[in-house]
Amino acid sequence: MTMEKRTSAFEYAPAPESRAVVDIAPSYGLFIDGEFAEAADGKVFKTVSPATEEVLSEVAEAGEADVDRAVRAARKAFETWSALPGAERAKYLFRIARILQERGRELAVLETLDNGKPIRETRDADLPLVAAHFFYHAGWADKLSHAGYGPDPRPLGVAGQVIPWNFPLLMLAWKVAPALATGNTVVLKPAETTPLSALFFADVCRQAGLPKGVVNIVTGDGRAGAALVAHPGVDKVAFTGSTAVGKQIARTLAGTRKKLTLELGGKGANIVFDDAPLDQAVEGVVNGIFFNQGQVCCAGSRLLVQESVHDEVLDALKRRISTLRLGDPLDKNTDIGAINSAQQLARITALADRGEAEGAERWSPACQLPENGYWFAPTLFTNVTQAHTIARDEIFGPVLSVLTFRTPDEAVAKANNTPYGLSAGIWTEKGSRILAVANRLRAGVVWSNTFNKFDPTSPFGGYKESGHGREGGRHGLEAYLDV
Amino acid sequence: MPTTAPAAPAPDASAASASGLADVTASDSTLRRFLHGLPGVDAVGLEARAASLGTRSIKTTAKAYALDLAISMVDLTTLEGADTPGKVRALGAKAVHPDPTDRATPSAAAVCVYPDMVPFAKEAVAGSDVKVASVATAFPAGRASMAVKLADVREAVAAGADEVDMVIDRGAFLSGNYLKVHDEITAVKETCGTSARLKVIFETGELSTYDNIRRASWLGMLAGADFIKTSTGKVAVNATPANTLLMLEAVRDFRAQTGVQIGVKPAGGIRTAKDAIKFLVLVNETAGADWLDNHWFRFGASSLLNDLLMQRQKLATGRYSGPDYVTVD
Repeated sequence: MTMEKRTSAFEYAPAPESRAVVDIAPSYGLFIDGEFAEAADGKVFKTVSPATEEVLSEVAEAGEADVDRAVRAARKAFETWSALPGAERAKYLFRIARILQERGRELAVLETLDNGKPIRETRDADLPLVAAHFFYHAGWADKLSHAGYGPDPRPLGVAGQVIPWNFPLLMLAWKVAPALATGNTVVLKPAETTPLSALFFADVCRQAGLPKGVVNIVTGDGRAGAALVAHPGVDKVAFTGSTAVGKQIARTLAGTRKKLTLELGGKGANIVFDDAPLDQAVEGVVNGIFFNQGQVCCAGSRLLVQESVHDEVLDALKRRISTLRLGDPLDKNTDIGAINSAQQLARITALADRGEAEGAERWSPACQLPENGYWFAPTLFTNVTQAHTIARDEIFGPVLSVLTFRTPDEAVAKANNTPYGLSAGIWTEKGSRILAVANRLRAGVVWSNTFNKFDPTSPFGGYKESGHGREGGRHGLEAYLDV
Repeated sequence: MPTTAPAAPAPDASAASASGLADVTASDSTLRRFLHGLPGVDAVGLEARAASLGTRSIKTTAKAYALDLAISMVDLTTLEGADTPGKVRALGAKAVHPDPTDRATPSAAAVCVYPDMVPFAKEAVAGSDVKVASVATAFPAGRASMAVKLADVREAVAAGADEVDMVIDRGAFLSGNYLKVHDEITAVKETCGTSARLKVIFETGELSTYDNIRRASWLGMLAGADFIKTSTGKVAVNATPANTLLMLEAVRDFRAQTGVQIGVKPAGGIRTAKDAIKFLVLVNETAGADWLDNHWFRFGASSLLNDLLMQRQKLATGRYSGPDYVTVD
């Protein structure tokens, strides 16, 4: 028996998910009034796989005329859709949810190809949550009179929704499911770099027999989004994305009748007290910043660790980060996939370089980046203070800034010392401390002894420059009701 | 079979004292303070991590490696009232050559039997690298006087056991009598002498909380265990991915602090090759590659071996053979 060759490390052989489960057409049109159509001016743009830079498909680029047509279609469909009994609308939503589950594998592969995130995440997080959001809101459709918004709350009309590229299909679900459940119709613009899953969703709507015009998808860049939110036929605008664009939208909408919800950036703090369950805290910190390559608005991008356990936590953190597997997003064993675009990679790179230039100590595990595509190694910055840019600006990438604190008061003060207020995490075995600290954190979501846990029943949203309005749960219905 | 020499020195008092842990066992209160000062375990987080490592996809060459490694780590076990010399001989033969159709199949790590069966087991594995492990200390309940427990160990060692699998006094542990548990392990270790490695069974299913499992792990390691082992296989909850992950964290942290490497043995309830591979992933990504060797990691199992062999045949031939093509013992 030769054991020598076996004592080498346990190398996982490639385990790629099959691409064959998804059939991507060479080109896609806009989905307006139940039909796919080219843009009025015939413009198209390409969408690439960020992991390989391979062109996946060509997609129609909506102009103002197309957006107008989509809003008109939604307006027309609103008359009949909003008049349907809630139980009838629920049937469509349940049907959509079931089809999303049935086509889960196909959509997971598609999302991984177009977005660059690991298949492990699309398969185990994105797609299950997408279906859950439709199931959950299907349940609300005939119970709106019990939601606490009056005996017969009415829909608003046409919802113009603009979503980001970090969770393309999940953000679609967060927006479309409550809008339809409450009786609104939708014009949705997916992000420029990730249009495909929304277009596949259009096909799911057709498969579910959803009446024409209830859901319309217009693909394009920021101009299409601007045209959509400014369109006078839109009654409600929901936006998830950067704080800069959010402010612009708020300005556009000022003085109009349109109702607005914004879900913007964040600089979430993960607070680790010295009595924390350390192994699980390290796991939560890693999940908090490296989930989806850190391209998460509620990412725990700041680690606030109590000075008395700083060294211990840092050692454990580095050891754990060294085991992360970066590479082909379609490989089932990949933990860290590609950055979504060259533009985003440039932003992450610039901010990380700035962190170094400002004197923070940079660390990354030994990690080989693929030659093609957009990649950034998991990165940790120590000796970071509140004055560093990387402690203040949202990086939206796999970059963790480590700060320290001495007392709970100091932890709360530092956690709140940001223009954002989307998420925070508390790690301690002491229950009374969890409650006391959570009450003082100005963040829309506070997780305790966990991070990045999502559920359709739980409202999500921000304080301060992280936006306003809530999505999910009973609270999320308000954004789509005339109350 | 593996002739790998221990990669770390055997545990001894000097290692513990060098790392400042010597005072910990000075009294009941210092030991208690130390064990209760260990970081808590968040059950939800621990189980989520174990489940997420369970989704690793181990294919082709990695699977071939893992199957052979798992086979080489099996402590092939029979612990029944109905055990006979004949049954033990059959098991020993199987441990040496698990697959009669393929002599390249690695041997199992050991056969694990009751003390009175040790002589037959020794005979059956004679001339091979397969070890003989004997349970002792009034296995599985551990409810006997110290004199009886030590006599049990003495008999096993005298009969030639290479390894002794002892059970801790769960009653003493749960009532907070940590020093009693510690001293029992120390006494058993002394009785094992240098000829037998000591595996300490916590019966994690009876300790019931993860905090207790972490404390028991450190207690066992401080007292001189060579291996920490989850279960007897005789209670409702035996080895699980989560409790094994927790024990792997404990041996990892203990080595970081003392320089002493301790083995881990999940036992009971691991029946399929798929499950075994998940445990190897836990080892690989928690304690690390240093533990991927049967000197440091074992599976306490009986039916597992046949499933590993069937999967191995499937990988080699591309076909599932079925239970008639592996030996039933």
